[in-house]
Amino acid sequence: MPGATYTNPRFPFRRPAALGRAAVEEQRVVIVGGGLTGLTAALDLARRGVPSVLLDEDDTVSEGSRAICWAKRTLEIYGRLGLGERFLRRGITWNTGRVFFGDREAYSFDLLPEQGHEYPAFVNLPQYHAEEWLVAACEGTGLVDLRWRSRVAAVENSADGAMLSVETPDGAYRLRAEWLLACDGARSAVRRALDLPFTGQVFRDRFLIADVVMRPPFPAERRFWFDPPFHPGQSVLLHQQPDDLWRIDFQLGWDADPEREREPERVSARVRSMLGPDIPFALEWVSVYTFRCRRLERFRHGRTFFLGDAAHQVSPFGARGGNGSVQDADNLCWKLAAVVVGRAPETLLDSYDAERGPAADENILHSTRSTDFITPKSGAALAYRDAVLELAEQHALARPLVNSGRLSRPAVLAGSPLSTPGAAPAAMLPAGSPPVDAPVLRDGQPEWLLRRLNADGRFTLLAFDDTGLHAPAGPPGVGLVVVSGREPPAGRLPGVLFDHSGLAARRWGCAPGDALLLRPDGHVAAGFRTPARDAVQAAQRRAMGHAAA
Amino acid sequence: MTLRTEPRLADPDGFYAALMEAHRGLDEAASRRLDARLVILLANHIGDDAILREALALARAAGRGA
Ligand SMILES: Cc1cc2nc3c(=O)[nH]c(=O)nc-3n(C[C@H](O)[C@H](O)[C@H](O)COP(=O)(O)OP(=O)(O)OC[C@H]3O[C@@H](n4cnc5c(N)ncnc54)[C@H](O)[C@@H]3O)c2cc1C
Repeated sequence: MPGATYTNPRFPFRRPAALGRAAVEEQRVVIVGGGLTGLTAALDLARRGVPSVLLDEDDTVSEGSRAICWAKRTLEIYGRLGLGERFLRRGITWNTGRVFFGDREAYSFDLLPEQGHEYPAFVNLPQYHAEEWLVAACEGTGLVDLRWRSRVAAVENSADGAMLSVETPDGAYRLRAEWLLACDGARSAVRRALDLPFTGQVFRDRFLIADVVMRPPFPAERRFWFDPPFHPGQSVLLHQQPDDLWRIDFQLGWDADPEREREPERVSARVRSMLGPDIPFALEWVSVYTFRCRRLERFRHGRTFFLGDAAHQVSPFGARGGNGSVQDADNLCWKLAAVVVGRAPETLLDSYDAERGPAADENILHSTRSTDFITPKSGAALAYRDAVLELAEQHALARPLVNSGRLSRPAVLAGSPLSTPGAAPAAMLPAGSPPVDAPVLRDGQPEWLLRRLNADGRFTLLAFDDTGLHAPAGPPGVGLVVVSGREPPAGRLPGVLFDHSGLAARRWGCAPGDALLLRPDGHVAAGFRTPARDAVQAAQRRAMGHAAA
Repeated sequence: MTLRTEPRLADPDGFYAALMEAHRGLDEAASRRLDARLVILLANHIGDDAILREALALARAAGRGA
């Protein structure tokens, strides 16, 4: 039987220079929490040339697999940060979900029925691998000062920054941050220090989460059981991870005793009754959770920003926790980078809350609805759930009602203050939309459209132009990417992307002459029918948080 | 469109009898699921969110007591 598949690395504590000095250390950007969110933010800032200090109370990555399902948008963001291919290579790709009810399959679904995207709907990979790569990538930039075993014990927030008390094995010191990113997780110390309420709902249910090493004859699919014979009255979720590692979530009900449920013999008995007698397995990690949905009312407090689980927490159904957190970092970092170097006004940063607040609400709404479906709270709720599942086996009409988790989709920043609506043709991807991928040819070689967008971290004008000759020069600070529906003559128009399949034009809803202004995070700021340079410039100024001229 | 509330069934007694027949022999829980399946089938057939919400409100208001 395979043994343990992963050993947590231990990162060294380095004695900070400020220890024992009288003067308070001053830093531009400080990130509290070196989990998924903090590390992603540090790397994104570094890629934009902004150094940061990252404080983490621990000296390692995630204990246990935790977030395992990485959604397409997250993979695209990690693609921009230079880690996307590692997720693809190391992770398990899956597109199919299969739902069982009782002793029978109810139906299955395909999450990404269309081809022509660099990244699949989902890749499964334990969170600790992602964090380990992020740590190495952060170190590789030379711009992230990673300080392990550095616990933030107190925070005084003021209009022009925050004063932190940091405790280390060698003693405590004070650190003044001009900008503070609180990425310190669901029990955020920064949030508590600022005395900010974290409100929402606790679900009266418990879940046993087990990582199991085994080689069962299951395909790489998401499998969800409602009321299976091996775990009657409850639900079970199965996911494959790399290295013969499988994740099983058993719903336990509210009355379960978390201590007893963690006992290895008890967990093994549950797994054994699921797998039958013939499949050998070993437990790698076991944990019992009660899930919650809650959020901070505002994600910006002066120059302190809350990201990830520190800002909002969701139940895992739908894989919205980690994926949502990565989008927080994606949203904030280009803005902070622009403000820190003085290219954008501080008010640009208000849009982080304006854009990510509704995204958090959407994640909470979906994950609450999923939890309500999975854990019916009344006789009527149970009858309806089972009725839906009974119908689903034969009737496609009932399948959209089955809710075993509405899997993470990128936020559409509808109504964003940074968007310029109005000028775009109706068919075009609307302002606020995340970018969509398509296969293209670049100088005759296969390429992905998304790789070319914002590749330099700037705004991009994406112009659809069949001759490759009429695309306007973008205003200063705006890169230009031209997509042509006709093959550019050999050797001419280098860099023009040939939309050989027509998918780019179709997915972006564009005709020749159309163009879109994309923000540095790829979201659409504005769309144009034959863009005038002035209009593009005005939209870019607006997306940088400048008041209208 | 709004929810049609004038009597429309050609054979009300026949429909009622068919409904009772469908529930025959089912225990409480199974009956409840049958009704739920019926609601879902009909709701999908109607397919109009505004009408469904109107029907929900009407059904709820017409109930007697708790
Ligand atoms: C069982 C389970 C399954 C999940 N599955 C998925 C999934 O499939 N997909 C998905 O997208 N999400 C999933 N999630 C959610 C995901 O794990 C979280 O959303 C994600 O870890 C949030 O990252 P974070 O960096 O905000 O917080 P964390 O990962 O909690 O990191 C917080 C960091 O802050 C540090 N810290 C805390 N306090 C201090 C302090 N005072 N000073 C210094 N440092 C401090 C901690 O050491 C830690 O490193 C799951 C969660 C659980 C529990």
